[in-house]
Amino acid sequence: MADPVLQLDDLTVRFHLKRGQLTAIDGVTFTVHRGETFGLVGESGSGKTVTARSVMRLIPMPPGEIVRGRILYEGTNILEHSDQQMRALRGKKIAMVFQEPMSALNPVFTVGKQIADALRTNLGMSKKEAKTRVIELMQLVGIPSPAARYDNYVHEFSGGMRQRVMLAMALSCNPVFLIADEPTTALDVTIQATILELIRSMIERFNMSLIFITHNLGVVAHTCDTIGVMYASHLVELGTKNELFANPLHPYTVGLLNSIPRLDAKAKYLTPITGSVCNMLQPPNGCKFHPRCGHAMDICTQEIPRLKEVAPGHFVACHLHT
Amino acid sequence: MSDYFLEIQNLTKYFLLNNDVLSRLTGKTRTLKAVDDISFFIKPGETLGLVGESGCGKSTTARLVTRLIEPSSGAILLKGEDLLAFPPSRMLAMRKTIQLVFQDPYSSLNPRKTVMQILSRPLEVHDLAHGWAAKRRQVLHLLRLVGLGVEHADRYPHEFSGGQRQRLAIARALAVSPQLIIGDEPVSALDVSIQAQILNLFRELQEELNLTYLFIAHDLSVIRHISDRVAVMYVGKIVEMGTVEEIFTHPQHPYTQALLAAVPEADPRKPPPRLTLHGELATPIDPPPGCRLYGRCPLATEICSQVSPPLSDRGGAHYVACHNV
Repeated sequence: MADPVLQLDDLTVRFHLKRGQLTAIDGVTFTVHRGETFGLVGESGSGKTVTARSVMRLIPMPPGEIVRGRILYEGTNILEHSDQQMRALRGKKIAMVFQEPMSALNPVFTVGKQIADALRTNLGMSKKEAKTRVIELMQLVGIPSPAARYDNYVHEFSGGMRQRVMLAMALSCNPVFLIADEPTTALDVTIQATILELIRSMIERFNMSLIFITHNLGVVAHTCDTIGVMYASHLVELGTKNELFANPLHPYTVGLLNSIPRLDAKAKYLTPITGSVCNMLQPPNGCKFHPRCGHAMDICTQEIPRLKEVAPGHFVACHLHT
Repeated sequence: MSDYFLEIQNLTKYFLLNNDVLSRLTGKTRTLKAVDDISFFIKPGETLGLVGESGCGKSTTARLVTRLIEPSSGAILLKGEDLLAFPPSRMLAMRKTIQLVFQDPYSSLNPRKTVMQILSRPLEVHDLAHGWAAKRRQVLHLLRLVGLGVEHADRYPHEFSGGQRQRLAIARALAVSPQLIIGDEPVSALDVSIQAQILNLFRELQEELNLTYLFIAHDLSVIRHISDRVAVMYVGKIVEMGTVEEIFTHPQHPYTQALLAAVPEADPRKPPPRLTLHGELATPIDPPPGCRLYGRCPLATEICSQVSPPLSDRGGAHYVACHNV
């Protein structure tokens, strides 16, 4: 097994809001190794974006607060880094691709300038050097006529092209680690296939590690090595892709897999998970999934289950599997 | 009398871009052919799934069918009658027959009205209930139909989750006892586990109330699940149409095949998503003659660049628009 590049250890982040306290992620623990693609799966409110932004330390504090936990990047706890130390990491060592390229890219600057900014800020390149490198990068990510499009603005690109621009920006300084937060959710399926293929080839080429955040189980099935499932701030299941799909243990994971319409078969009715996610400002006692769980027992209403290894490399946080 | 509940014949919607005097004089006006000569039918009680990627014209089609926008040409036959010939007085009545459910559960409900007010409005517009008590009864009945309860009637939209709001949108559509419901990406904005609930609700309501659906989506798994028949759109044209089984097990048009190949299935043992078409989407603005897929299609020949292939029946009501298949 390759060395660990990123380790999250008991990471807990809380937000102090006017309407109350919201613990967005609670006790999140997982490791990503060099060259590994880690899929972080969950629905709205699960905490996956907060997890990603915490790694980049992009959460405003206040109202956010790191209650406890560590984020170890190549062995060092980056939560103890100064602003200057974090700036040295962001963009250079750890890069991020965001979900909505229209909102993540600056509409008033040309695309070329924005990518060049990353190079000039992080690597100290001159304007000319940066422009050459940017055109190379645009070529790499498959933007046609890059020299001409260098001076185009964001609105002159389609959704798929904007996502390529974000990818070019993220890859510009040869990061060791990439975090992609729902990079293909807003894209058409054929464009999604193109972007996924691009990410895959970049990972291979540069031996990057990747955290891929999505709610799309189809995408994780074909892009990730390891998968973590999040529900209402907790990591509820963790395992290799094959293990998780073949042998899902947490009732939420099982429910999720059962509720997806299949491309190859047709059932009259789907099997959804009943109910909806709890109010995170006033979560239920014990396991947050228990109100929706067909296997809930007394202990589930009292004690939050902890993540335990139930098979080699397969972890689950559930009283049913203790 | 027609067998079809809805029949669309050669429907077209062109938008004139830069239609100012100078552009017109210099011949520089451009035409966006959003929907370009499409024809399809829906039988009573069935679900036609309309699938395609961004900009293919599926949402425009939904709006044309309800005359929210007027077509440039073509015919819309509702139970055999020409919808485009309806005078304004009949149009109001028509709005009871065809209802829309939109994609975004957050912008489709008036945030300043309670559920009671939102669901009563169609009853008031169409004179379907008189007096508060009658409206209340109807509203509670509608809430029950969509799996909500009396406790929800006096709340505001922001007090509900996305899935619940979509249930409210469906309840509102049902208020007028429609016969056809057009869902324009009604589950696309919902979480996966909630999607399943709402898809089931659509199913149940169809059986209980004998509804006909035009279901628009870009997610092929959703389309497969809910549809009896499927029409695939590409840049304003229908490229393939047939039963859901046929389209998903024997797709013939290169674009349909590309769409299906690109979908990642939630099973690592299944083949990974593949790209069978390269290049970018053709533009619907002043498109060149010929097939819209020309330039990206592995089967393209000379005729494809010159003549737009007609949609023809290849047997078993499986229609394909392609010169080479």
